[in-house]
Amino acid sequence: MRRFLLFIDSMILWLLLTWPFNQLWPYNIQSILVGVAISLLVTLIFGKRFSQRPIKWFEPQRYFWLILVYMPIFTLQCIKANVDVAYRVIHPKMPIKPGIVKVKTRLKSKIGRTVLANSITMTPGTLTVDIQDEYLYIHWIKVYAEDEENATRLIVKKFEWLLIKIFE
Amino acid sequence: MRELIGLIIIGIGVAFDFFGSFGLIRLPDVYNRLQAATKGVTVGTWGILIGVCVLSGFNSLGVKALLAVILIFFTSATGSHALGRGAHKSGIKLWKKSVCDKYEEDQ
Repeated sequence: MRRFLLFIDSMILWLLLTWPFNQLWPYNIQSILVGVAISLLVTLIFGKRFSQRPIKWFEPQRYFWLILVYMPIFTLQCIKANVDVAYRVIHPKMPIKPGIVKVKTRLKSKIGRTVLANSITMTPGTLTVDIQDEYLYIHWIKVYAEDEENATRLIVKKFEWLLIKIFE
Repeated sequence: MRELIGLIIIGIGVAFDFFGSFGLIRLPDVYNRLQAATKGVTVGTWGILIGVCVLSGFNSLGVKALLAVILIFFTSATGSHALGRGAHKSGIKLWKKSVCDKYEEDQ
C-alpha cells in the first residue's frame, strides 16, 4: 500500500516535471518509461518510511479541507505577513519588540507538526526556532503575550483546528 | 491582457523581494533578519513564479513554475528553522531590547 502510494506520487511529480504531453499522441514514451524506472527505484529504497498511516490518503474530506479551506487562509496570511514585515521595515522607528515564546500544540503526527511549524513561519511576525515533542519555540517580532496559554491562543489556534482535520 | 496581469504579478513579487532585502539590512539581529528574509523573499519569489505561469500559460514551463512554488514553501521555511536553531545553539544572543527568551530558560 505504502509503496504503491509512493510510486503514484513520484510518478505524478516526474510527469509534471518533464511534461511529455506536448503533442497529442504518441506522448513522449521514452520519458514516461524512464519515469517508471526511476519511480520503481525510489519506491524500493524509500517505500518503508513513506507514510505512517497510508489509509489517510484515501479520505476525500481531507483534500477538501486542504485545498478549499487551508490554502486560501494560508495565502491570505502570507500576504498579511509580508505587508506587516514591509511596514515594520520601512517605519522610521522600527516598531519591533522581539522575543522567543513557548507554545503547545495538540497535533500528534509528524507531518502535521511539520506543516504547523511551516505555517507559523509564514504567518505575520512569527518564526519557529525549535520543536521539542509537543512544545514549539517561536521567535515573535512583537511579543503580545509572554505566557504559554495566551501565546498559544494567539499563534497556534489559527491553523491547529484545520490541521487536525487534515492530518490527524 | 494576460501579459499585463502576468507583469503586474511579477512586479508585486519584485516589490516584496525588495522589502525583504531591505529588512535584511535594517533589522538588528539574526532572528529578526531571518523573519524578513523568509517571509519577504519567499512570497516575492512566489509572485515572480506565478507571474511566469500566467505569462506562459498551462504548458511545460508554467507547470514547472507552479511546482517550484510548492517546493519553495517547504524548503524556505525549513531552511529558516535550521538557521534559527543553529544560531541559537551556537550561542548567539537575542537583540538587547528583546523581552523574553523561553528557549534559553528551558535548555
